[in-house]
Amino acid sequence: MSALTVPLATTADRPVNGVALTVVVVLFILVAVLGFFAARWRAGKETGLHSLDEWGLGGRGFGTWVTWFLLGGDLYTAYTFVAVPAAMWATGAVSGFFAVPYTIVLYPIVFLLMSRLWSVSHRHGFVTPADFVGGRYGSRALTVAVALTGIVATMPYIALQLVGIKAVLTVLGLGSAQNVLLTDLPLIIAFVVLAAYTYTSGLRAPALIAVVKDLLIYLAVIVAVIYLPIKFGGWDNIFGAAQTKLDAVSPATGKPAGVFIPGAASYSAYWTLALGSAMALFMYPHSVTGVLATKSRNTIRKNAAVLPLYSLLLGFLALLGYAAISAGTKPIDLNGAVNPQLVVPQLFLDNFPAWFAGIALAAIAIGALVPAAIMSIAAANLFTRNIYRDLIRPDADPRQEAKVSKIASLVVKFGALIFVIAMDQSAAINMQLLGGIWILQTFPAIVAGLYTRWFHRWALFAGWVAGIAYGTVAAYNVVNPVTKANFGGSIAAIPGTNVQVYIAVVAFAINLIIAAVLSLVFRAMKLPDGKDITRNSDYGADEDDPKVAQLQREYPLGETGGPAF
Amino acid sequence: MSTPDVPTRGPARPGPYIAAGILLAVAILVPLFVPAYSIDQPRLAGMPFFYWYQMLWVPITAGMVGISYRLVTKEDRRRREAVRGGRGARTEEQEQ
Repeated sequence: MSALTVPLATTADRPVNGVALTVVVVLFILVAVLGFFAARWRAGKETGLHSLDEWGLGGRGFGTWVTWFLLGGDLYTAYTFVAVPAAMWATGAVSGFFAVPYTIVLYPIVFLLMSRLWSVSHRHGFVTPADFVGGRYGSRALTVAVALTGIVATMPYIALQLVGIKAVLTVLGLGSAQNVLLTDLPLIIAFVVLAAYTYTSGLRAPALIAVVKDLLIYLAVIVAVIYLPIKFGGWDNIFGAAQTKLDAVSPATGKPAGVFIPGAASYSAYWTLALGSAMALFMYPHSVTGVLATKSRNTIRKNAAVLPLYSLLLGFLALLGYAAISAGTKPIDLNGAVNPQLVVPQLFLDNFPAWFAGIALAAIAIGALVPAAIMSIAAANLFTRNIYRDLIRPDADPRQEAKVSKIASLVVKFGALIFVIAMDQSAAINMQLLGGIWILQTFPAIVAGLYTRWFHRWALFAGWVAGIAYGTVAAYNVVNPVTKANFGGSIAAIPGTNVQVYIAVVAFAINLIIAAVLSLVFRAMKLPDGKDITRNSDYGADEDDPKVAQLQREYPLGETGGPAF
Repeated sequence: MSTPDVPTRGPARPGPYIAAGILLAVAILVPLFVPAYSIDQPRLAGMPFFYWYQMLWVPITAGMVGISYRLVTKEDRRRREAVRGGRGARTEEQEQ
């Protein structure tokens, strides 16, 4: 490896592309101004941004349009736009194109689950998924488990957004193989600006910026999808080149380099990756933040019908990975090694006028800022509500909550920055892979709770422990065939069989079985249930139904109690 | 315990929910059935079937979710009006 990189290292410093860089910097400044301006956009007149509802959920008033842009920017992250074509370029359909069925089956699932979560959260003022679990099961252990899983799974996801920005900066020629500080300086500046406007404007900043970012990315992808196939002799040629590359047998492993069309052995891997990822996505705190920021019960359902436009965009973007194969794009990193993450930025820079490449690269870089902001807000809300308030200061008022959350959002972001600068990129990627497996383990507690109290709180906790344990061990045991490193992928055989599936799905099945069996056992043993503060009527409530706080003023009968273990 | 459970919606009619449920189940299950589309031919504008078929399901699913949205929100509105139609409407229901 080092023998290969040393002779190339002298030529590794890239020339700076002045025009493209100028376009990126101008658009970045525009977006930063917008981010600070967002603090005044639809701001609450009396309270300002001094509550989590205002700072962390944008006033809970986003309608269909704003939500479409916000969730589009939140779910289809810059890392997705960089990593999916990169996976297509490197190994083909199973690791890359599964993103299409994933983002197809996602929306029926969102339609089924999320309006119930919206209703009960609106009624009780829940800000995080862990708030709901606490209110439903009255179990502090389960609440903290859900909150910690959310925070831990989100951190590497934020770090990967930085990897997306870094790919753009590298291709633009910023960075040097010799000077590490110089390489990371633009990244640090971008992140300080991001942290500053998230701190002042909260969720309103990414909501407003998402509009600009999405328009840019649609423009870039539509032009690329029309122009590049014409330039490279049609889709026929592009798929031909991809098939040749992916079917070629690699000398290192003795197997084909990738998968062009999955054979029978990969069917189960393909569909479990799609289904498991779709079930996991709306367990992530940043997705729930996007849902709870909407105005009414059915806003998210309407969006489930119009958000798939982004899936189409993602599908075409994935195919650009194949276009890069036929274009002969060479994604060479600063150290002279091949880095597939650079494929899409490099493709744009090689094949378009510098100003247009600048727009496309800016769209990717800005696209990283939107989810990074929302993710840090969501993780900060989890910390404030379910760790600070539930465990440390039960009497925190809304103003204190907003203050703690703002500071936590800074801590989370700088944690991610250090993660990316100090550690290898592959550490962030491994952690995000694990995060996807872990976050799915909160599905039984959150989703079953939306429909039934049948599961016992301690059984759900035991299932969560088992799912996390199995998922972590199974992911560790996947060895990369080339580098021999652990955490080599997210596919493993179901224990005792040869069927290759997504690890998260097996972990989820174990989790669910344990939760169900132990629920029966615990019920038979008559172990006490926690206090459920929700009612059946809460799950169908809409924006103009009275909130529980109002009802309690009208009927001051009971006392509110924090959840017990 | 603390507040009376005042219903936010009237009783449901199963029809719209069953129809929406079938649409959503199809939209989840069909795109996940890989053997049906893991083939190269027929190609569309040079794109293998595997790729264009899955892309085709994006608008199909969007349409199914859209129809479900119309069915469910219409029923949702009816149920809400059944409750909010005032006390008179509810006593009428109880008398029947």
